[in-house]
Amino acid sequence: MAERWFVGVDIGASVTKAVLLDETGNVRARACRNSGADFLAAAQDCLQRVAAGVDSVPEQLERIVATGYGRGSVQQALSRVTEITCHARGCYESFPQAITIVDIGGQDNKVIAVTAEGDRHNFKMNRKCAAGTGAFLEEIAGRLDTPLAGLSELADRATGHVELGSFCTVFAKTELLRLIAQGTPVPEIAKAAFRSVVKRIVEMDPLAGQVVMTGGVVAHHRIVVDLVSDAIGREVLVPDHAQYTGAYGAALIAREA
Amino acid sequence: MADRKEASIKKIAAIKTMRKLMAGHFYELDRAVKEGYPKIAWCTSVGPAELLRAMGFLVYFPENHGAMLGATRMATETIPAANAIGYSPDICSYLTSDIGAFVQGRTPLSDAYEGIESIPKPDVLVYNTNQCRDVQDWFAWYGHHWSRPVIGVESYRNVGEVTDVHVAGIAGQLKALVPTLESITGEKLDMDRLREAVRLSRECSDLWKAVLETAAAKPAPLTFFDSTIHMAPAVVMRGTQAAIDYYNELLPELNTRVAEGVAAVEGERQRLYWEGMPVWGRLRDLATQFLELGTAVVASTYANSWIFTALDEQEPFESMARAYTELFIVRSDPYKEAYIEEMIDTFSVDGIIFHEAKTCPNNTNCLHGMHLRLHERLGVPSIIIPGDLSDLRCYSDEQARTQIEAFVEQLDGQSRRQAMATPA
Ligand code: SF4
Repeated sequence: MAERWFVGVDIGASVTKAVLLDETGNVRARACRNSGADFLAAAQDCLQRVAAGVDSVPEQLERIVATGYGRGSVQQALSRVTEITCHARGCYESFPQAITIVDIGGQDNKVIAVTAEGDRHNFKMNRKCAAGTGAFLEEIAGRLDTPLAGLSELADRATGHVELGSFCTVFAKTELLRLIAQGTPVPEIAKAAFRSVVKRIVEMDPLAGQVVMTGGVVAHHRIVVDLVSDAIGREVLVPDHAQYTGAYGAALIAREA
Repeated sequence: MADRKEASIKKIAAIKTMRKLMAGHFYELDRAVKEGYPKIAWCTSVGPAELLRAMGFLVYFPENHGAMLGATRMATETIPAANAIGYSPDICSYLTSDIGAFVQGRTPLSDAYEGIESIPKPDVLVYNTNQCRDVQDWFAWYGHHWSRPVIGVESYRNVGEVTDVHVAGIAGQLKALVPTLESITGEKLDMDRLREAVRLSRECSDLWKAVLETAAAKPAPLTFFDSTIHMAPAVVMRGTQAAIDYYNELLPELNTRVAEGVAAVEGERQRLYWEGMPVWGRLRDLATQFLELGTAVVASTYANSWIFTALDEQEPFESMARAYTELFIVRSDPYKEAYIEEMIDTFSVDGIIFHEAKTCPNNTNCLHGMHLRLHERLGVPSIIIPGDLSDLRCYSDEQARTQIEAFVEQLDGQSRRQAMATPA
């Protein structure tokens, strides 16, 4: 009998991710790409690539759970589940204990509380503004003429304590212009941007207990984890392949369905 | 995990009568403007409508017009016009959408009712600040524009227990309105007519309460989204026989649904309480989403706000004063929390949605930690949806959708665990 595969596909605001599990729950393939303007195409591409990873084709992937902003686009999905539930499921698999999850996404941030038994019992989403999200960092990187991927490397070189005081993205960018005009070194500005992201997060929730961070921003910018850890005075856990946590959770849900 | 079904909203048959009734209400006002009689009074939602009717005024409620601007999404185009003349986008979007529409020479009444070109020009504008200060500012703008008197009642706020002192204070203010009103109509107040208006208003309120209480049944025969529509006669016609007749038609229809087990939301799994203003421009979308999620929003503070159990024809002024002060929006947080607790109990509520309306802090109760206190005390989970009553610039469809869906997933998860923990 042919092996059965379980797939989670997370069509995020910025990046689409897919994770494929085998029957025993092992991850057998991962894929990601920019979501772009065609969610379905991004999802199909990722599905194609995870299927190819196990010498299969997307048509044979019967058990797909879709999540993320574009979850409605995947018609062949068994079901669609919010990224909040999927992140909770994915993180709990990596850290089976009471956890407070902080997911920093491209467009929004989420804080999700999970009990020791793995029950999600509360969640919060950031407000309407993109302050503190991946989109904010992208804008700042653009303003500093630096590729986003290099922003944290730049920030690592900072030695000072420059801060952005404003809550809103537009005001923060105005402050940034002032810093540039004052001749503030670029690494300091980059670090101030990460500090701003972290401030927005600790404003969302007291972050009680064991904190776990996930999402693309965390995967690519460990500095955010360090800054959150400094802010709360405790160690913060990060699952392997943090960017794929939502897709992984979705795949686990597909396997349990 | 949310199983989606193709869902359609079940129509309530009485809606046809309601449409006729509402058309009659607006045409009557329009005729009065054209013929110069009867006199027209503008009134805030829980202003002294009974007194105005008793004195022969036709009563127009600008907040109802605000809701129409929101529901038709015309508000989205008219709010910027008010912002442009200097009204902040952070104040009541009923006010800004309404004044903006007037500035632009538009009204949703023209689209709904052929021949009506404008909102009815008032002879007097009568407010009660039990809603907020915005209503006073709102009326002041029109009063100035048309050189018409703006009078009203300055309400108490954050009231715990409603005492005789409160009642005497407001009753005194109500009585003080009479001479101005008499000078406009040219007639003396007839106390028997006032008693009659109070009696009719109370009867309407009792029927409206009974309508809402049908949703305590499992499954609920109507939802919050239905009640935002069917409340219209209680809002704009309280104190008239027509409103009573309407609810005497609607109530049996709902009772029949209850008797026959007809659900407003097929396969009802979760039951929610809606705290705060409706998002008028998204009522249909939200109703459909909840339908697809098998979740019924069974009760709300908003629809309950037109229940005035204190009205008593034997003591018209005092009972009006009491009814207008017993209103949820006027009360202290401890009172509000006890009230919501009772609703949770009566309507078997699984979770609460707090709508954080950007431009109406007065009807937003999660700003000072009420949701946390309720959760701590009752264990009832809640979410906060940022949005607005009419200004859709403050509302993210996608975020709201995801939050609601995730909330129902959370409640479904809890139900599953409870079911597993309960021996068969
Ligand atoms: S209570 Fe809120 S919605 Fe009503 S008039 Fe006042 S500010 Fe506007």
